[in-house]
Amino acid sequence: MSAQDIVVLIETQGEGLADISLELLAAARAAAAGTGGQTVAVLLGQDGSRYAPQLSAADRILVINDPQLAAYAPEPYTAVLQAVVAAEAPRAVLIGSTSIGWDLAPALAAKLNAPMVVGCRAIAVQGTALAVTSTFCGGKLTADVEVTGSPAVLMVMPGSFRPTAEAGKAQVEVRPSPVAVTPGAITFEKMILPEAGDVDITQQDVLVAVGRGIQQKDNVELAEELAQRLGGAVCASRPVVDQGWLPPTRQVGKSGMTVKPKLYLALGISGAPEHQEGMKGADLIIAVNTDPKAPIFDVAHYGAEVDALELLPALIEAVGAGK
Amino acid sequence: MNIAVVVRQVPDLIEPLEIDASGAALDLSSARFIVNEADDHALEQALLLKEAGGGSVTLVALDAGDVDDTLYAAAAKGADRIIKIELDQESPAPQTAAAAYAEAIKPLNAELVLVGVQAHDELQGVLAPLLAAALNLPYVGVIRGVKAEAGAVTACKEFPGAVMSQMKVKLPAVLGILAAEQPPRYVPVSRIRAAMKTTQFESAAVSPPAMAPALTVKRLSPPAAGQRAEILQGSETEIAARIAGLLAGKGLVK
Repeated sequence: MSAQDIVVLIETQGEGLADISLELLAAARAAAAGTGGQTVAVLLGQDGSRYAPQLSAADRILVINDPQLAAYAPEPYTAVLQAVVAAEAPRAVLIGSTSIGWDLAPALAAKLNAPMVVGCRAIAVQGTALAVTSTFCGGKLTADVEVTGSPAVLMVMPGSFRPTAEAGKAQVEVRPSPVAVTPGAITFEKMILPEAGDVDITQQDVLVAVGRGIQQKDNVELAEELAQRLGGAVCASRPVVDQGWLPPTRQVGKSGMTVKPKLYLALGISGAPEHQEGMKGADLIIAVNTDPKAPIFDVAHYGAEVDALELLPALIEAVGAGK
Repeated sequence: MNIAVVVRQVPDLIEPLEIDASGAALDLSSARFIVNEADDHALEQALLLKEAGGGSVTLVALDAGDVDDTLYAAAAKGADRIIKIELDQESPAPQTAAAAYAEAIKPLNAELVLVGVQAHDELQGVLAPLLAAALNLPYVGVIRGVKAEAGAVTACKEFPGAVMSQMKVKLPAVLGILAAEQPPRYVPVSRIRAAMKTTQFESAAVSPPAMAPALTVKRLSPPAAGQRAEILQGSETEIAARIAGLLAGKGLVK
């Protein structure tokens, strides 16, 4: 361990590693090259060893096994991570901007009285400081932040770093938890999977996506009509789902689905980083938004700065009877 | 159940965001502020829990800008008490804000504290878990839906792919709300006006310790444009025709 090391919290999803884990390792390798430290992957779970072969970009892989860590619960995870990070005393801890990361990163920063930056997209070493670039305010502002305290707790936006082919020493250290792991006040009960029967938007070639600009539930029908003519389906950004206008199975983005259709037609969606995370891999992205500064235009191939509700009837007519 | 809810004001992203003369902070004087959307959901969730099982809802907010409009709307929706925190800082660090909220919330002996899981202007920390740490209470966030039971609540934590993890939360605790079980309720202007006549705000003078996170925001700027879309010009009819042509070129429409 070294005060120049970069620690990465590894996350799993389903039976595999979450994509963010390999992205974080790439970011950590680049940062560790600047600090002269090592890249340390930390895996918390019941049997984390099985993921170690996929973590070859790390120099050290700390696998903390405990039955109480089999399912995520915030208190035991925070306690163990805090103990591991306190013992490693690294320069920085990289945690994904994920459902778990939103619990653990701030809690860790609070416990360690450590500086924290949200929405990190780039990390560079500048002498004794870390130069971190983040986006916030829905992707409308970029912040250049100098972090002098250690360990810096950095919440990294998914999709900000490409996984690296570089290999580290990948020394695996399987350990019991450094602290007694007991159930906390918050305990896992069960996973709830989405109800079957709705359209699987991850399998659609054409998606007509609606956002806040659709204004009211009745207007979703217009998007439905267009989607039908294009042989596709309607999906949405989070505010539309939060309003109950479409079910969670239609949500695209960080807390929803990741889609890669041939066409993603974004209507009235500003394109916050959390939404872009789920759709920027589409073959063709056409965005319609009245705000010329909407971040969606940064990932779209074509854009129209008009009211989606005024364009929709014309578009329905223009595509005719459809496919 | 007695519930405390934190409500914050955030810059409206529909309006242009101006950077101040220092180049490292938002020009708050030019920003239009709105209620933080996730906090609005936290209030709605609290009201739903109260309606289902009784108790009270106490709103806690920093006294800043035109927060009164938000607070009167909350009173009209059904909040029982509203406490404004007097803090002599325009843009406190999240750690300082968390300490201030904690100081105001502690005397309430709330069984449940609900906060929006995120505010879009958070850069140096996330209030909800920092508040839980300041209150020394357990925390879980990214919650969509809460049900009450004896001495506990059941909360659903959202994961990608519309997957939820159902968690049992013994009280007292802090939850970071992503979305309430139903959208925040609409309240007519007439009821807000009535609330303005009858609602008495309480005041909490707090003195949180100075928090100085070891970081400095050096510069704010609009994000560097990536590929930037080719903008289609013309009337709606002309743009629609262009899009139809693009789709035809890709074999996506006849």
